[in-house]
Amino acid sequence: MTVPQIWRKIPQFYNLYGKKCSSCNKLYFPPRDICVECGDHKLENFKFRGKGNIITYTIIRTPLSDPEGELIDRPAREIPYILAVIELEEGPRLTSEIVDCSPDEVKIGKKVESVFRKIVEKGPKGVIQYGYKFRLSG
Amino acid sequence: MRKVAIIGIGMTKFGNLWERDLVSLAVEAGAKACKDAGVDKDKIQAIYGGTMSGGLFVSQEHIGALLADYSGLKNIPSTRVEAACASGGLALRQAYLDIASGMHDLVVAGGVEKMTDIGGGAATNTLATAASQEWEAVQGATFPGLYAMIAKLHMKRYGTTERQMALCAVKNHKNALNNPNAQFRRQITVEGVMKSTRIADPVKLFDCSPISDGAASVVLASEKAAEKFSKNPVWIKASGHATDTLSLHDREDITTLKATVEAAKQAYSQANLKPADIDCVEVHDCFTIAEICAIEDLGFCKKGEGGKFVEKGNTKINGKIPVNTSGGLKAKGHPIGASGIAQAIEAVLQLRRHAKGRQVDTEYAMTHNVGGTGATAVVHIFGREK
Repeated sequence: MTVPQIWRKIPQFYNLYGKKCSSCNKLYFPPRDICVECGDHKLENFKFRGKGNIITYTIIRTPLSDPEGELIDRPAREIPYILAVIELEEGPRLTSEIVDCSPDEVKIGKKVESVFRKIVEKGPKGVIQYGYKFRLSG
Repeated sequence: MRKVAIIGIGMTKFGNLWERDLVSLAVEAGAKACKDAGVDKDKIQAIYGGTMSGGLFVSQEHIGALLADYSGLKNIPSTRVEAACASGGLALRQAYLDIASGMHDLVVAGGVEKMTDIGGGAATNTLATAASQEWEAVQGATFPGLYAMIAKLHMKRYGTTERQMALCAVKNHKNALNNPNAQFRRQITVEGVMKSTRIADPVKLFDCSPISDGAASVVLASEKAAEKFSKNPVWIKASGHATDTLSLHDREDITTLKATVEAAKQAYSQANLKPADIDCVEVHDCFTIAEICAIEDLGFCKKGEGGKFVEKGNTKINGKIPVNTSGGLKAKGHPIGASGIAQAIEAVLQLRRHAKGRQVDTEYAMTHNVGGTGATAVVHIFGREK
């Protein structure tokens, strides 16, 4: 992602801001401009609490990589890493990394909470992209 | 809607074709298809070419005009079609709609991808553009990783095993032994799959389709043109196409590709057929779990029973519903844009009784092409009778 692409998503990446439909109260993360349920265009900002549970997961052992570093950014994660689909308490689901635990500790159904972490480094002199990752919350 | 037939087929070998570029692959497949159809290339009125990412793989866009130019088809309309890994299947559908609508009588549908000019990591990254960049790829999702999450939930919910998934790869490699165009023509074993490099648990290297170069083309004809040029036309009985959420996490059910269910529903309805009427099927086995989900979502067995269905041998060449007689994406190779067209070529070979060494007694053949983790699905049914 380019710097402007990251900049536009700061409310989502930093603070889990999604949307709530003013008509039918349906919640969205990531945000949408049109409500899928009722078709309304009036959606207001809604901050998610960052608590949820694991729907499914995988341990990624061969990541996106580019030895020459020309085509893609360098992800700020160690190998292997845990990737999961998380269902937030409020309903919506998202894809994120699970950190601060070993792969053996992760199970479908376990509770998680969001943490603020480094996501991507754009080279040694470039910008650093921050955002949400999740950790087990007992 | 007018009836539409496939009257010519042509494809390159699939694999690591270092000495070949995108254009030469596409031109070879197109010329072979015209020759097979017995149609002079100057009779072709339009081209639909499926390719996922000329831009990221070889830094070339504007593929539509490029295909027409280097095929020597001056000034004809030529359209590049993109739906990630379903680009080929969707190009076939656009060509079908073109003729069915009455616009043209002879149209080429092709697909091409040149994937090996960049490294494996960069290729994996390019493939990840078929998922949401902002909400999946940047968060660390790779394609093997996304399908691994489908597999993990399928295993937990239905008791599907890694061995059942491995059986799909073993079967597809066995079928590819008889396909001279296949990338991998060597037998593998369940133990070999189980011991292969772990990519994203539970997906291992031999659960994954490879990175490939290749092209495939078919010549489509109206009823009038088919009668004029062809002694063995294969008729397109149905063309289904559906979409779903781009991100896997937004799906109603992570283990069901609803786009496949909906596209199949359209196809069965158009052809007035049911799953039991289909004699062989080419499914989109980009990963072995995808083959298991496809068998379920196309209606060949109940949801959740795909693993057991495979284990019982139902998908083997002599089984209840032979799946991927060509070797599938796994063993035939998966040059992204070409795969959907290559599936149609296998259906035509089966219906013409030209599938040497892997022939199935076929009245109706089906193809199933998926984009991304299931955001696009294209399903076609082919038959010998008009």
